[in-house]
Amino acid sequence: MAQQLLSIITFLPLVAALIMALFMRGDDPAAQMGAKRLALFTTTATFLVSLFLLAEFDPSNTGFQFVVEHEWIMGLTYRMGVDGISILFIMLITFLMPIVIWSTWEVTTRVKDYMIAFLVLETLMIGVFSALDLVLFYLFFEASLIPMFLIIGIWGGKDRIYAAFKFFLYTFLGSVLMLVAMIAMFNAAGTTCIGGCGEGNVSLLTHTFSSDSFSLMGFQIVGGMQTLLFLAFFASFAVKMPMWPVHTWLPDAHVQAPTAGSVVLAAVLLKMGGYGFLRFSLPMFPVATDLLAPVVFWMSAIAIVYTSLVALVQSDMKKLIAYSSVAHMGYVTMGIFTVNQQGLDGAIFQMISHGFISGALFLAVGVIYDRMHTREIDAYGGLVLRMPRYALVFMFFTMANVGLPGTSGFVGEFLTIMGIFQVNTWVALVAASGVILSASYALWLYRRVVFGDLVKDSLKTITDMTGREKAIFAPLIFMTLLLGIYPSLVTDIIGPSVAALITDYNASLPVTELAAVALH
Amino acid sequence: MSAVPDYVIVLPEIILGLWAMAALMVAVYTGKDKLAVALTWATAGLFVALALWVGLGQHGERAAFGGMFIDDPFARFAKVTILISAAAVMVMSQDYMSRHGLLRFEFPVLVALASLGMMMMVSAGDLMALYMGLELQSLALYVVAAMRRDSVRSSEAGLKYFVLGSLSSGILLYGASLTYGFAGTTAFSGILASVGGEVPVGLLIGLVFMLAGLAFKVSAAPFHMWTPDVYQGSPTPVTAFFATAPKVAAMFLIARLVHEAFGSIPSQWGQVLAALAVISMFLGAVAAIGQRDIKRLMAYSSIAHMGYALIGLAVGTAYGVQATLVYMAIYVTMNIGTFAFILSMERDGRPVTDIASLNQFSKKEPLKALALLVLFFSLAGVPPMLGFFGKFYVLKAAVDAGMVWLAVAGALASVIGAFYYLRVVYFIYFGAEQEPADSRMAPVQWVMLVGVAALMLIGVINLFGIEGPAMTAAQSLVQR
Repeated sequence: MAQQLLSIITFLPLVAALIMALFMRGDDPAAQMGAKRLALFTTTATFLVSLFLLAEFDPSNTGFQFVVEHEWIMGLTYRMGVDGISILFIMLITFLMPIVIWSTWEVTTRVKDYMIAFLVLETLMIGVFSALDLVLFYLFFEASLIPMFLIIGIWGGKDRIYAAFKFFLYTFLGSVLMLVAMIAMFNAAGTTCIGGCGEGNVSLLTHTFSSDSFSLMGFQIVGGMQTLLFLAFFASFAVKMPMWPVHTWLPDAHVQAPTAGSVVLAAVLLKMGGYGFLRFSLPMFPVATDLLAPVVFWMSAIAIVYTSLVALVQSDMKKLIAYSSVAHMGYVTMGIFTVNQQGLDGAIFQMISHGFISGALFLAVGVIYDRMHTREIDAYGGLVLRMPRYALVFMFFTMANVGLPGTSGFVGEFLTIMGIFQVNTWVALVAASGVILSASYALWLYRRVVFGDLVKDSLKTITDMTGREKAIFAPLIFMTLLLGIYPSLVTDIIGPSVAALITDYNASLPVTELAAVALH
Repeated sequence: MSAVPDYVIVLPEIILGLWAMAALMVAVYTGKDKLAVALTWATAGLFVALALWVGLGQHGERAAFGGMFIDDPFARFAKVTILISAAAVMVMSQDYMSRHGLLRFEFPVLVALASLGMMMMVSAGDLMALYMGLELQSLALYVVAAMRRDSVRSSEAGLKYFVLGSLSSGILLYGASLTYGFAGTTAFSGILASVGGEVPVGLLIGLVFMLAGLAFKVSAAPFHMWTPDVYQGSPTPVTAFFATAPKVAAMFLIARLVHEAFGSIPSQWGQVLAALAVISMFLGAVAAIGQRDIKRLMAYSSIAHMGYALIGLAVGTAYGVQATLVYMAIYVTMNIGTFAFILSMERDGRPVTDIASLNQFSKKEPLKALALLVLFFSLAGVPPMLGFFGKFYVLKAAVDAGMVWLAVAGALASVIGAFYYLRVVYFIYFGAEQEPADSRMAPVQWVMLVGVAALMLIGVINLFGIEGPAMTAAQSLVQR
């Protein structure tokens, strides 16, 4: 039974989507409610089952657990499993999906299709984080574009078509090069197994890809094949993450996506990039990572400062939060490439915590958008007078976004900056200045929306949060506080796997290079 | 050479030929067009029966008529693909043709003759047999392209196809005669053997001419000019037929020619095919962006797809041939599903092919819209649809053969291509409010559309076991 848990979690939403597609007819309010209820029931059940997965999970085992294998085609294998790095992402997904579904209660257009899209998306997202075969990973990774493309394109805002195309093509372009790189890895290693392949079998995590420099069209490729593979994967993950300067699709996609779409995009889809770095770039291409880490550091530092400044001048709430997401992802990439315990722990922690906080912020924007149908900051002001409870919730998540100690946002930022400080002080200095900037844009947003005089007539009849809305935020507040006060909950689970990753990484850096460093 | 008499080996072809002639005679002397519906279904049934017979027969490799006709796993794979796709196109076209007064008894007869030509093509073991098969196929196709006699566009399409097709046949024939002149033989197996170690330049020129002629037939750029016009001008059932079986036959004929006759010098033709592949992929992807007519769009789409299929041949390995075989099988399946839908597009009883007429189609027909969504994402090569696995196969073949640049080019072209497939999805799902075209479907079309879409998704489980037969077929071709 325990062996099948992962399969159940992965495919339960898909089964519900199929049932909905095949057996549920009609578009009257009753049928819509039925679809919503089934979706909520399924996602909740998935979450409950995933709790068993977490309970059965053994953090001290750094290998892959709950591995499921089946013969597939072309020498590929259907292989799924989780380790300390991936399990919390799966928990994040299963935790958030019921909230996301419940937040769509007021949607009335094409409800059944909407629910199907989210359920399919859940299966694909869980698949991304548990796939242990290169091509299987790519399959889930790319397929998740389809439901998101439709979610933005059908239920999105005014410029949804442009945003949907930009989202799809940008990420697709990033990914196809990764596909070629994956085929090259298949060719070089003779396997597509990432890990948990069984005793004695080659896995990509243990295979050492050639790092001998060679020249290509007159250019000397330092780090050889590893560098090329690294860059191909980097193209995909950097776009997904998104890192400066390939982040421009994100604000468009976020602004146009419906609230629930934004939540999933910010909370989960962006994390696929970070997870990709952890799962592929670091352990498989250590030499190239070592070589290119400084570039990534500075890209991250620029992302933190630049996108924070851009966020300051936004007039659209969702766009502001989207830019703030890019800045926060800057901490994540920075932390990942430090390859030390604090940096990696911090990066994973930051990703999990950002999942709760940014998801909640987009939901908070959704609450007032549902009432006023505008996201312009100037259209609001003085909300605290009419919506005190909302003001409180929004305040809480604004503070968490800034990284107030006691919230989960603080732990991630602190750990990553601590990690980078050991590696590159200057980058740490620049990145730390981003903390101040994030406080300024977030608090200024809060001041403009919630405080001030209630002068606008349209706002004078606005109502405070309903019971459903309060119930949506409650678990998010709980998790943000819990992780902020007791971060060991996360670090105990990821710690051993991260430590193993670092050990393997250092071991696979060529001895000659280390010796050369020692000699100088 | 086995002890089986020659006529036994070619029995499927003989039966098909006799059937076509018998059907022609019977129909002329009895009910004429009144028999057309029955003839269409009967011919399709015969195709399926022949496909089963050819496909299930375990004969190993056999040759007839002194090596002019080869019956090996490769030919059998090709024949099954051709026969099944031709049968599918015929039955799904019947309703459309009946309603628009196009269903003449000649149609099934001509399709049968064209299919016979294609079966001969893929079994050719000799330049003469190659040309005979190709011409039998082409002549039948010239006529069906002009089936709608009262339509200027259809006649134009037929004429254009005839002129350009004849030109390409001429080029091919010229190349064949050069080859014969330098090698002294027309048998594939003897061409390289007769010239010894050094390959004369004249022979290479002959090879390139033959490839150019065949590139016309598969509509690989830069020999693709006829494709959009013929696709658009021909009646839709004919377009559907053009897009499927003849493409398979011509592609497999290229495979047969380069591996059977010139197999030991892959470096000579590999670069020609690689160039054709790259130009086709990019031209197909870029030129399709501006199209407003779905048939023209499918024409450019097929050009791009032929580019991908050619990658598998360009690498010159058995694995590459297997990739091409799988790719083509998936390609025809996708096209059958898509054309089953295009056949049903109409407004006020008249066929429409404007993409914009699909605006908001998903609200009107959710299930068909979903099937189309799957098909177009599959055509674009987005996982988990089968179209992705076709692309994955050919890209892997390229990387394994050390032609990484070809794989990178293919990957980049697929992004450009994704744009216009998404555009169709955009019209179906997000288009501006407007009354969409109707989609009046006969049950068989519905089955084809929804069935193929389901195949695209279910195929992810194991590709329906197509890998094994494709590998056997590829090895039987390349090992010689």
